[in-house]
Amino acid sequence: MSKLGNLGARLHRGEVGYDFVGNRKIWYGISILITITAIVGLAVRGLNMGIEFQGGAAFTTSKTSVSVSQARSYAEEASGHDAVVQKLGTGGLRIQVAGVDTDKADQIAEKLADDMNVEASSINAELVGPSWGEQVANKAWTGLGIFMVLVVIYLAIAFEWRMALAALVALIHDITITVGIYALVGFEVTPGTVIGLLTILGYSLYDTVVVFDSLKEQTKDLTKQTRWTYSDVANRSINSTLVRSINTTVVALLPVAGLLFIGGGVLGAGMLNDISLSLFVGLAAGAYSSIFIATPLVADLKEREPQMRSLKKRVLAKRQAAAQGDVAEGAEPVETSYDAEPEDATPAVVGPRGQRSQPAARGRGRGRPSGKRR
Amino acid sequence: MDREYEKVAAPKKGRSRQGTQGKPGRTLALILIAMVALTGGMFASGHNTPRLGIDLAGGTSITLRAVPEKGQESAVNETNMNTAVDIMERRVNGLGVSEAEVQTQGSDNIIVNIPKGTDSKQAREQVGTTAKLYFRPVLATEVSGAAASPSPSPSASGSPSASPSDKPTEKDKATPSGSATPSAGATSQGRALTDALKADPTPSGSASASAKASTSPSASASPSPSGTPSDDTAKLQAAYAALDCTKEAQRAKAGDGVKANEPTLACGQNSQKQWQKYILGPAEVDGTDVDKAEAVFDTQSSAGWKVTMNFTDKGSDKFAAITGKLAKNQSPQNQFAIVLDGDVVSDPYVNQALTGGSAEISGSFTQDEAKNLANVLSYGALPLSFKEDSVTTVNAALGGEQLRAGLIAGAIGLALVVIYLVVYYRGLSLIAVASLLVSAALTYVIMSLLGPTIKFALNLPAVCGAIVAIGITADSFIVYFERVRDEIREGRTLRPAVERAWPRARRTILVSDFVSFLAAAVLFVVTVGKVQGFAFTLGLTTVLDVVVVFFFTKPLLTLLARTKFFANGHPWSGLDPKRLGAKPPLRRTRRPSAAVDPKEA
Repeated sequence: MSKLGNLGARLHRGEVGYDFVGNRKIWYGISILITITAIVGLAVRGLNMGIEFQGGAAFTTSKTSVSVSQARSYAEEASGHDAVVQKLGTGGLRIQVAGVDTDKADQIAEKLADDMNVEASSINAELVGPSWGEQVANKAWTGLGIFMVLVVIYLAIAFEWRMALAALVALIHDITITVGIYALVGFEVTPGTVIGLLTILGYSLYDTVVVFDSLKEQTKDLTKQTRWTYSDVANRSINSTLVRSINTTVVALLPVAGLLFIGGGVLGAGMLNDISLSLFVGLAAGAYSSIFIATPLVADLKEREPQMRSLKKRVLAKRQAAAQGDVAEGAEPVETSYDAEPEDATPAVVGPRGQRSQPAARGRGRGRPSGKRR
Repeated sequence: MDREYEKVAAPKKGRSRQGTQGKPGRTLALILIAMVALTGGMFASGHNTPRLGIDLAGGTSITLRAVPEKGQESAVNETNMNTAVDIMERRVNGLGVSEAEVQTQGSDNIIVNIPKGTDSKQAREQVGTTAKLYFRPVLATEVSGAAASPSPSPSASGSPSASPSDKPTEKDKATPSGSATPSAGATSQGRALTDALKADPTPSGSASASAKASTSPSASASPSPSGTPSDDTAKLQAAYAALDCTKEAQRAKAGDGVKANEPTLACGQNSQKQWQKYILGPAEVDGTDVDKAEAVFDTQSSAGWKVTMNFTDKGSDKFAAITGKLAKNQSPQNQFAIVLDGDVVSDPYVNQALTGGSAEISGSFTQDEAKNLANVLSYGALPLSFKEDSVTTVNAALGGEQLRAGLIAGAIGLALVVIYLVVYYRGLSLIAVASLLVSAALTYVIMSLLGPTIKFALNLPAVCGAIVAIGITADSFIVYFERVRDEIREGRTLRPAVERAWPRARRTILVSDFVSFLAAAVLFVVTVGKVQGFAFTLGLTTVLDVVVVFFFTKPLLTLLARTKFFANGHPWSGLDPKRLGAKPPLRRTRRPSAAVDPKEA
């Protein structure tokens, strides 16, 4: 605990911090680059759609002595189509044949069972008509659309439209990256993948919402002071929720890692593996985007408001004046915005702070309800 | 500041401001009682484990898509789909399958789940083909049962003598209808099929009717014992005598694989819920000849619920023929049986030829009976066929393997999360782990209870959803704990820190859980199949997360904050101010203000 705990304490006090908002252009650039790569990958390579989407049959056998190549030749002979055969962790085989309809698949299953010398009933068969996968995918897209609209409305009400917009951008960003990685690496897309992708929706937003919640609280009464610009506060919000974001991501990734290990390592392939793989990729993208993309984007949008622009002007003017004063006195180096701590006139520190002369900070503190604090 | 410390000094006072912080013990007791009650309910209901889906328990799952006939796209509607589901349920369960389940999904899909141990191929054939609805003349019938079975074998003449005893009171009756209903009032206890005199019988229709009438009696197995019965007839007679309709296995086999143009055996329940067995002649009218059937309440003649049928042009001809023929016969041979997939669903009698293309069956129907019969009749007329969209067969061994893998994955995930929490939060992790366990227990119990109530079945995606939810649940604790730690870093002691951190953490938890729930709800409503199972679990666990955080984690933390171990910031409590880097207020003033003050001045 201690290292991360101390880091947390230092982040909390603003002793250390990273200027997420200040360096946003770099991160925007990186994200745009990744997104373009993803889109190009998607356009060039396309997605490797599983049989659930193109129609076909997948057979899973229990432990068998038949080799992969043997099984492939059996399957190809039985179906007249190309077959993909995987060895599973259980010792069984997974045989996929695309482009056969459900009637034909029955015959293939029987023939396979015959060839491989196992009972027909011991083979798991998944037969999918092409329209079913299409339907599943279409409904998933519809769900995605409805969800996005609802979430934007909700965030616009709970927070404000800028945050809603930024969250939406972050969300699209996550999905694009995940889909792009699937296209580039060539992972198979199955209903499990779609499930994982849809879960990312909730998760990515969940992360973003926590940062926004902190941001909303800290920027209350922002215009009543002249010490911080909106970007400064946004940056502090990110830094102060950083430990939580890291913890959340780790805690979310751990069970998914368990799934991936079992799904990929033991079962070899199938639903568990598909879901956890897309979750793993998406969660990582989600954590990244809520910190590096969503909040800086809100800050960018916010700084365009006349109110915030004038605040920034005032703050900068004041800082310049202070800096000149410093130079005149030959005292302190110019302070960067992020390594100052949140100065709140909370009851616990009222006494000591009375010794200081910080009109601006105190004025802001008084304006805050005592029960609310980041 | 004063108020803050007052609260610490007098913990019993001024607490009513916020419900959960007021009486932590009571809240804890409440949720524990709720848990015990739910668990008790689970054991009382006898469903101690969640119902497993096909992919985990083994079995066959078939997804059918309704394909409307050309030009009748609007036929894919709720009523028709429900009718189809009813019929399929009958059929699948007619195979002797226990717990097969048929349900609609989305607007145009029907999912048929058949548990393991059934001939899945046969089941698929059953659901895949269109329903076989026939109108067959009754040749002989009697109440079937253990007592009734020793009937004299070849003499079918014995059977009519058995049936008339109960016939007058309970038989359906077919009579002409229309505005002038001659017999509707007369037969209050019998069910009558009446002729709606809407269309005139076409001359060709009557001609064909007579032609048929002359041929069919010879073709159908005549029940008269005299003469030389052919082999088939004798076999039928013997089978009829042996048939015991009260036995389900025999019922399922009766009339299996018989072609429409052959006589057959069948079973059916009469209005007194007795099983009755039948010898039926070849089908004279089939389901597709019915154009429309509906249950209507007869307000004019106080006949109660009745079923009206309209026939297609071809159907009305055939129907006129069979009724004309039947009306001349003695009971029970003046009856025709409406046979759905080998079961007699109704056997009204006819007392005159019914021409005109429409008819009604009346009698002492309840509303449900009338509706069911109308459903059955309309199924033959459903302009839908069903196409297999996906078929998944999982044998029990592999299903069990998947379940085990899922459980192991869950256990590994949970263990990793617990280890991480212990390392990072030390003593606090005790609360987190307890909360996770409460959450897991609640999820399990509720899933078990939802099995019988809303037919919730735990499938692999649902297991995944539950595992993923570990993260969401743990995150709520992290949000709260981090808040508490922030408060301690501000220099507060634990008790005020716990209380001050709560309102803010609460809001964050609610907002983020709401988003997560929204995602799950949208997915559940919009999507189909596997995605839906996943969404359901995710939504359920999100709701439970809120419940657990509010009614368990928070009160527990409040209680534990009173113990020395936590309140004094023991190094292993996870709340040690020193380790957290909390600054005593005096130190705080020097450090930052030295840097800031000159600028501020």
